Amino acid sequence: MTAQDTADAVPELPATLWRDPEPKRGYDVVIVGGGGHGLATAYYLARNHGITDVAVVDKGWLAGGNMARNTTIIRSNYLLDASAGIYEHAMKLWEGLADDLDCPILFSQRGVLNLAHSPQDVREGVRRVNANRLNGIDAEWLDPRQALEICPILNISPDVRYPVLGATYQPRAGIARHDYVAWGFARAADRLGVDLIQDCEVTGIEVDSGRVTGVSTTRGLLTARKVALCAAGHSSVLAEMAGLRLPVQSHPLQALVSELLEPVHPTVVMSNAVHVYVSQAHKGELVMGAGIDQYNSYAQRGGLHVIQRQLAAALELFPIFARAHVLRTWGGIVDVTPDASAILGLTPIDGLYLNCGWGTGGFKATPGAGWCYADTIANGVPHPLAAPLTLERFATGALVDEHGAAAVAH
Amino acid sequence: MLIECPWCGPRDETEFHYGGQAHVSYPDDPSVLTDEQWARYLFYRDNPQGRFAERWCHGSACRRWFNAVRDTRTHQIVATYRTGESAPVT
Ligand SMILES: Cc1cc2nc3c(=O)[nH]c(=O)nc-3n(C[C@H](O)[C@H](O)[C@H](O)COP(=O)(O)OP(=O)(O)OC[C@H]3O[C@@H](n4cnc5c(N)ncnc54)[C@H](O)[C@@H]3O)c2cc1C
Ligand SMILES: [Zn+2]
Repeated sequence: MTAQDTADAVPELPATLWRDPEPKRGYDVVIVGGGGHGLATAYYLARNHGITDVAVVDKGWLAGGNMARNTTIIRSNYLLDASAGIYEHAMKLWEGLADDLDCPILFSQRGVLNLAHSPQDVREGVRRVNANRLNGIDAEWLDPRQALEICPILNISPDVRYPVLGATYQPRAGIARHDYVAWGFARAADRLGVDLIQDCEVTGIEVDSGRVTGVSTTRGLLTARKVALCAAGHSSVLAEMAGLRLPVQSHPLQALVSELLEPVHPTVVMSNAVHVYVSQAHKGELVMGAGIDQYNSYAQRGGLHVIQRQLAAALELFPIFARAHVLRTWGGIVDVTPDASAILGLTPIDGLYLNCGWGTGGFKATPGAGWCYADTIANGVPHPLAAPLTLERFATGALVDEHGAAAVAH
Repeated sequence: MLIECPWCGPRDETEFHYGGQAHVSYPDDPSVLTDEQWARYLFYRDNPQGRFAERWCHGSACRRWFNAVRDTRTHQIVATYRTGESAPVT
């Protein structure tokens, strides 16, 4: 990233984004949750499958949940084939998304460094680089000097508590402007005829003889042939309305930004071991996130000690940040699964579909998850890239254990 | 968050470790369970929006496990009680 990239950032959005329709009495497909995943799913249902009798309903305003709260890191350097498949599919879609949606999204492929701080981290990192390459995903293993060339403000001194021993590097990774992504999908879906209905909380899921028939909402009953859940941190609450229990726990995940600074940080740096990840947004603020708060919560906030620990870690890696100020901290509610992989597919109830469990890292999946989910909904069978991510895996034991690559975050 | 350890009294959250849902008992005879039932025991926990009975460990002091009823919407702790006691009616 150069100073120029930052200076001329933030392009104008189109003047009209979407209609604000009254809900009809029924739809072919009702998508519950107007975050990134719900909006992308609606768009691909219309664009790829010609299914346009679709409503996306949200209890608040569009994309005010995790979509508005994430730190926008996009990468596809996951360890296992199942994850690499869907995240790399998403990455390829990101690369053409601004054109496809005809909307700026500020996707900046500035690369991501995942730091290693222990011999075990090094082994895990080297293994992941090799696995990525076998899957056709760009990945390099860097020693500390090479990491410093990519990110000149990184502290690679051996004299710290957790010295940097090396890093994986994915050059095609980066960040995007999350709200533009949401609005771009929303506008494109709206243009294809999808109704985006805000301020419409789903309070019940109607099931008749094992088949879904609609949803009750604060704006009345909507009948539907198919209902697709996309409620991220609230997935358990919604599934329970249909009598389904999920292997998901909801936790706070916090992040923060500094005031606007000159461009100093050219890439994205993540460290699972010391629990922090940092990038610098287009406008100039440093964006940092931590690990989840330990307890279950729906409160969209967490403990200050988590932020303190994350800042301590950031300062050791980036001493230059010592005099920056925290402008704002916030939290979202993330849906965590036992194997740190998402659940995407069918449910035991006919016509009810499930997309959840993206936890701390689902922003990067937005186009890929929407694409595969739309295909699954349209055809009634899991898209091949989603097939390993079914709910059944918890009973068969075919887990997709991504704790190494997904653990802290993002 | 201030948590009242049943042995040590109120202490800061940073002294504690979280242990998830309380009162999940080990199946009497795991060998007779179907894969689905075993999965339910292993991977499925309640995730309510509201009051939740959960386990905590006071790792930085007495190092004992205990249970709490906490509201997941507000983080307010309604009660704490010792392991082996049943959840208070709150
Ligand atoms: C602090 C933080 C940092 C993150 N950083 C990253 C990152 O750097 N990279 C990355 O890849 N991922 C990151 N994530 C994760 C990512 O944000 C989520 O995985 C992703 O946004 C989830 O999909 P979504 O956008 O559809 O969710 P959301 O935007 O949360 O959408 C769910 C929607 O469902 C609605 N809803 C809930 N209940 C109901 C109901 N009953 N009726 C109607 N609507 C309902 C909500 O209002 C909400 O709008 C981060 C998350 C957080 C919180
Ligand atoms: Zn104690």
